[in-house]
Amino acid sequence: MSLEVRDLVVDIGGRRVVDGVSFDVPDGARLGIIGESGSGKSLTALALLGLLPDDATATGSIRWHGREILGLADRELAALRGAELGIVFQEPQTALNPIRTVGRQIIAAPRIHERLPRRDRRARAIAEAERVRLPDPARLIDRYPHQLSGGQRQRVAIAVALAAHPRLLVADEPTTALDVTIQAEILDLLRALVTDAGMSLVFITHDLAVLSQIATSAIVLEHGRVVEAGPVAQLLSSPRSPVTQGLLRDATATLWRPAPGPGTGGGA
Amino acid sequence: MTSANAVPRTSWLRRLWSLPTGAFGIVVVAVLLTTALVSLFWTPFDPRSADVAGRWAAPGWPHLLGTDATGRDLLSLLMAGARTTVLVAVGAGVLATVVGLALAALGALTSRWVRESVAVLVDILIAFPVLIIAMMISAVWGGSLWVVVWAVGIGFGVSIARVSRPELRRVLHSEFVVAARAAGLTPFQILVRHLLPNVAPVFIVQLSWGMAVAVLAEAGLSYLGVGAPVTDASWGVLLADLQRYLTVYPLTVIAPGLAITLTVLGFNLLGDGLREATDPTLSPRTGSARRARTHVPEVVS
Repeated sequence: MSLEVRDLVVDIGGRRVVDGVSFDVPDGARLGIIGESGSGKSLTALALLGLLPDDATATGSIRWHGREILGLADRELAALRGAELGIVFQEPQTALNPIRTVGRQIIAAPRIHERLPRRDRRARAIAEAERVRLPDPARLIDRYPHQLSGGQRQRVAIAVALAAHPRLLVADEPTTALDVTIQAEILDLLRALVTDAGMSLVFITHDLAVLSQIATSAIVLEHGRVVEAGPVAQLLSSPRSPVTQGLLRDATATLWRPAPGPGTGGGA
Repeated sequence: MTSANAVPRTSWLRRLWSLPTGAFGIVVVAVLLTTALVSLFWTPFDPRSADVAGRWAAPGWPHLLGTDATGRDLLSLLMAGARTTVLVAVGAGVLATVVGLALAALGALTSRWVRESVAVLVDILIAFPVLIIAMMISAVWGGSLWVVVWAVGIGFGVSIARVSRPELRRVLHSEFVVAARAAGLTPFQILVRHLLPNVAPVFIVQLSWGMAVAVLAEAGLSYLGVGAPVTDASWGVLLADLQRYLTVYPLTVIAPGLAITLTVLGFNLLGDGLREATDPTLSPRTGSARRARTHVPEVVS
């Protein structure tokens, strides 16, 4: 088992936002964490990398290949982050430094973890940009985030997270801020990257339709508690909890609701 | 030129030069520095040597800008005065940078109690006008250039801290800093690569404004007689001197007045230009950037 989370509890300012969450992610597995906003899924994601805000306290256990992450010193966490654990955020606009070229942001992790020498950096940045299928990578790495499209930015953010070849990728709603067509491309890309590298994936979303395209199993969160867990196929065919049933209704609604206005019939 | 960070580094100076504000600022500061430097070795006449017979000479040859009431050469006095101006501007600038960044860092990066206390302290300090403080200090300990440097340096250090602190807090809580931590960067690396560059635009504008005020304050305080001692060459002292004969020789004040005005304007515009030139989101002036903007539609991923 590569990642084991047991009874994770996160408090922020006296409020319990994650309340005893447990799950396992075997090597190469793709786990989805789904829930409505405020269900504690994003904080769970941050906790996996020890990135919780200063005023948050976490108890329980997060083990990465048997090693306890919770309560690890900053220096030891920094050695793990990027090298073994990577994260992609929801909003690529804010997850990239606006005044640093894309290439320099991509090679941040390899510079630290592999002590990548200066002369190799450019080639590495191009290679990593190619890996996430960015067009014309040799020129693109010299651009700034505001010169790219939303989909390109998210690809850059993925390249940043994967540049040092971590073994677990945490993706926190990475497609929510994107257009529907680009959502599908990013999901395809993530699935291909994760499968090719044999990485594990923790994918956080509020959208069961998105979840079904990328995860094999999932846990459903409500008010910081796990209310349902199992293979995605099972959640889709026979949802037991009201939360999952609600999410399923939302997902089918976006899939089948006819587009408003004259002309085209089907949405999505 | 094989490293990924070699390309954009070289272009900001060129970008600065291509801006009207930046070019003007560069020229003014360059002329000022050159003049100050040259005056160390050479001035047309000795700025201190009086020549009563040749007093109030009109601009012409050999006294290009004329002479003053004691027959001193005005051009030489201006050149020597540039030294004082540079000294004060640089001294106050360095001091303001140190004080400002230290206070901003203390006010943004430390534990809650420390940073709140620092914020309150800064808010209190900022209520004291720089010039008044300088006059108070010099009234007690006598006028000197260092009074001006310290007063303006600390005064503007405080106001740099005042505007940099919230900016630093904002950047600190932005997602890309979390992303940088997620990449394994240490706090120091985050400070150097992400925090400082993002605060730099605000900081540069304040600093250039501070240096402009330092020039003005030196001239003003010296004019009032509490800055540079009258034996030193200083634009303010010179202006005060000439102003006494304003009704008889009104044109003599033009040169030092213009020198002060242009220098202050130059520092301000240089700051504006620097801010624009170093912020890639403000001026995508390079050809490739402009092409990227026009040819890549937002929806293509």
